[in-house]
Amino acid sequence: MPAEIYLNVAISGLLTGLVYGLMALGLSVIFGVVRVVNFAHGEMMTIAMYLAVALFAQFKLDPLLMMLPLAAVLFAVGYVMQLTLINPFIARPEHSQFMLLLAVAVIIVNGLLIVFGPDAQSVQTSYAFDSFAIGPAIVDATKLYAGAAAIAVAAALFAFFQFAPVGKAIRACADNYTGALVVGLNVHRLYALSFGLGAACVGAAGAIIVLIVDVTPPLGPAYTLLAFVIVITGGLGSMPGALLGGVLIGLTEAMAGLFFTPSAKSMFAFAILVLVLLFRPQGIMGKKLS
Amino acid sequence: MMALLLHDVPRHALVLLGLFLAGLIAAPLLANDYLLTVLIVILYFAYTGIAWNVLMGFAGQLSLGHALYVGLGAYTTAALYVHFGIGPWIGMPVAILISVASGVVIGFLAFRFGVAGVYFAILTIAFAEFARIGFDHFSWVQGSSGLFLPVANRATNDLINLRGKPAMFYYVILALTVVAFVFCHMLLRSRVGYFWQAIREDEVAARSLGINTFRYKMIAIAISSGMTAPAGVFYAFYYNNLFPEQTFFILRSIEIILGPIIGGIGTLFGPVIGAFLITGLAELLEEFLRISGLDIPGVKRVFYGVCLLVVVMILPHGIWPPLARLLRLGKRKDKQDEPGA
Amino acid sequence: MTTLLEVAGVSRNFSGLRAVADVSFRVPEGSIFAVIGPNGAGKTTLFNLIAGMLAPNSGSIAFQGGRIDGLTPDEVCRRGIGRTFQIVRPFPALSVEDNVMVGALLRHADPRQAMRRAHEVLRRLDLFDKRLQEAGSLTLPDRKRLEVARALATEPKLLLLDEVMAGLRPTEIDRIVDILKQLNREGLTILLIEHVMRAVMSIATRVLVLHHGAAIAEGPPADVVREPAVVQSYLGAEAL
Repeated sequence: MPAEIYLNVAISGLLTGLVYGLMALGLSVIFGVVRVVNFAHGEMMTIAMYLAVALFAQFKLDPLLMMLPLAAVLFAVGYVMQLTLINPFIARPEHSQFMLLLAVAVIIVNGLLIVFGPDAQSVQTSYAFDSFAIGPAIVDATKLYAGAAAIAVAAALFAFFQFAPVGKAIRACADNYTGALVVGLNVHRLYALSFGLGAACVGAAGAIIVLIVDVTPPLGPAYTLLAFVIVITGGLGSMPGALLGGVLIGLTEAMAGLFFTPSAKSMFAFAILVLVLLFRPQGIMGKKLS
Repeated sequence: MMALLLHDVPRHALVLLGLFLAGLIAAPLLANDYLLTVLIVILYFAYTGIAWNVLMGFAGQLSLGHALYVGLGAYTTAALYVHFGIGPWIGMPVAILISVASGVVIGFLAFRFGVAGVYFAILTIAFAEFARIGFDHFSWVQGSSGLFLPVANRATNDLINLRGKPAMFYYVILALTVVAFVFCHMLLRSRVGYFWQAIREDEVAARSLGINTFRYKMIAIAISSGMTAPAGVFYAFYYNNLFPEQTFFILRSIEIILGPIIGGIGTLFGPVIGAFLITGLAELLEEFLRISGLDIPGVKRVFYGVCLLVVVMILPHGIWPPLARLLRLGKRKDKQDEPGA
Repeated sequence: MTTLLEVAGVSRNFSGLRAVADVSFRVPEGSIFAVIGPNGAGKTTLFNLIAGMLAPNSGSIAFQGGRIDGLTPDEVCRRGIGRTFQIVRPFPALSVEDNVMVGALLRHADPRQAMRRAHEVLRRLDLFDKRLQEAGSLTLPDRKRLEVARALATEPKLLLLDEVMAGLRPTEIDRIVDILKQLNREGLTILLIEHVMRAVMSIATRVLVLHHGAAIAEGPPADVVREPAVVQSYLGAEAL
């Protein structure tokens, strides 16, 4: 095969990986701050995806334009979920929490199945078949925009945590729960805010990814698993790690699809997961666990 | 042996259990075909729930990938039957062996390297997904097109090849469930059972008491996976078709855990009660919808999710413990002196 | 008098902090040996090193003549060392007698025999009447006794007690002291960390004082508490 094909596939994988990274970033925020294992993460993303598809079908609204509104909607969903469902669970044993979110995931997946049916749905924008020639490579317009949007949202999030007072408060919460309480931070509200932000990432990622991928209800659990693989690989608690992990997984998937059958590409993500869990459980950029 | 198993079970509990069992045995004579099918599904989930409960309820390790063992059991015996004409009962030991082998591999990878809690759960999900995608491409078992067993003659009962009337299947799954139940009762009262519960409650404290936690966790996953395989065998020969997308799918693994969670993890009767409740109620719901003229696929699963949510929020230890207290089915206090006095 | 436990030149660091610094001592068989020192002196770390939860960075630990440093906690217990934890760790959902059963099952594989043994131990620790209660519902003094009972059920030759008196009322302390003395008379060697000095003085045959991870004094209790270095470590230089 000519070298350009590898290059194109790699770039394609990298750009898709950036969107995966944004999704995983949301999980990293949720798990890193609120310490909640969000088993409904991928399912929340499919909510955003279906909304984007529906908005496009009804009103011809470009998903990229819908990125911010959908992020806002998912923010609200996440905020409310944390306040009403999850906050009471903070003191409960670990497995109770998983079950709670697992239950939410099951409800979402099958609810979407009831509302939208099992067939794949997609978005065909006017530029769906455009591509750019960048040097020797040919890059799909949709993927380029998707990747760029993902970077933009991630950058905004980083800036928020770095510079905004609320963002710093959240980081304080994550570092030291008791300390945060002592200095008077309203931890429960900050948790809700964090979950909301994580959900917003997923909302944005969902809106972006419909440009590249068709949506079906079972995509939810698949993305949840993928998000965990990425976060564990990149490093729990590390936001850059989540993006890095996303890119890595996106690349692996793309190359695996090229060398083997496309439907087997997720198997490589799992192989990476197993290797990481065994040999470097803190992930690429995570802190070493005691 | 019987004395050890039963010595502190209150008399009225034994009576209730006896009545319950008698009812189950008599069911095919009293129930119509539809009800019998429902009972088969209930017992199927009671059985898989009991098997899963060994790993989670007794030893405290959360597996969200138990569909792997069902699938391996199903595909092994189905393939042996379709390709070599080997009957399910002969194929079953092979199926169990393969399931145990995969359980042991997963357990070794996890426990040797300290993968616990949510990471362990994710690992189990990953392995089940790995199998799902792998079997999709496994041509010897027809991959994603599905493996079909020869059309069953439902009129005559062939126990050796598991071909026959629903009543036959009913008694098979009932027998499996009873055996599993008694086996788990024995396990709980044995040294292994105590050590498992210690590990579940506090692994660090358990080690300080001389318990080799690695070995006992491995035993738990070996038994749990081995016990789940026969469910797969049953599944293959009862439904007669297998698709990797369905058999290994994560929602299958979640269905397996619903009974024990709703009934009560770690209890003996929890998975059974849970299976009756959740499957029974789901069937009622579907029947109600059918009668009302609404046919909405996926409603049953949403119902599962809602039940799980409600139970987790309100009755975190499941329905069985408060129910048992209400019916005063706890250990007999007056018999407690026997071993020690 | 034979040496049951020998700690030789043991050190343990945590990212640059010397938690235990070159500590050496011998625990004679049949003694009650107390380890005292201000908070942060390294006492619990020392216990964790002996019990196998941590491995020393240097030095050796020998029990009944055989090296035990580097063994896992369960191996150490099987060799004959039982331990309690400073913050008690009962099995909350199990009954009191089931808790002790777990310990007893180490040496008695038959559950009926193990239950008999568990009941014996419970009677010694005044817990027999509460044997059917859920461990999670016990008061702190009872939990402490359960912790001791459970470790005792493994039939150790050496029992490590980590601040078992903390939080107990004087009458409870006296009771535990009586029980420990009785056990000691029957052949159990005890190594204990304690802050409650009245208990240490009344029960210990030898005392080791740790300060900033190092051993600063060792000997009979009456001598040790008078040593200037010891007084200084507890009360500061002004006390001298």
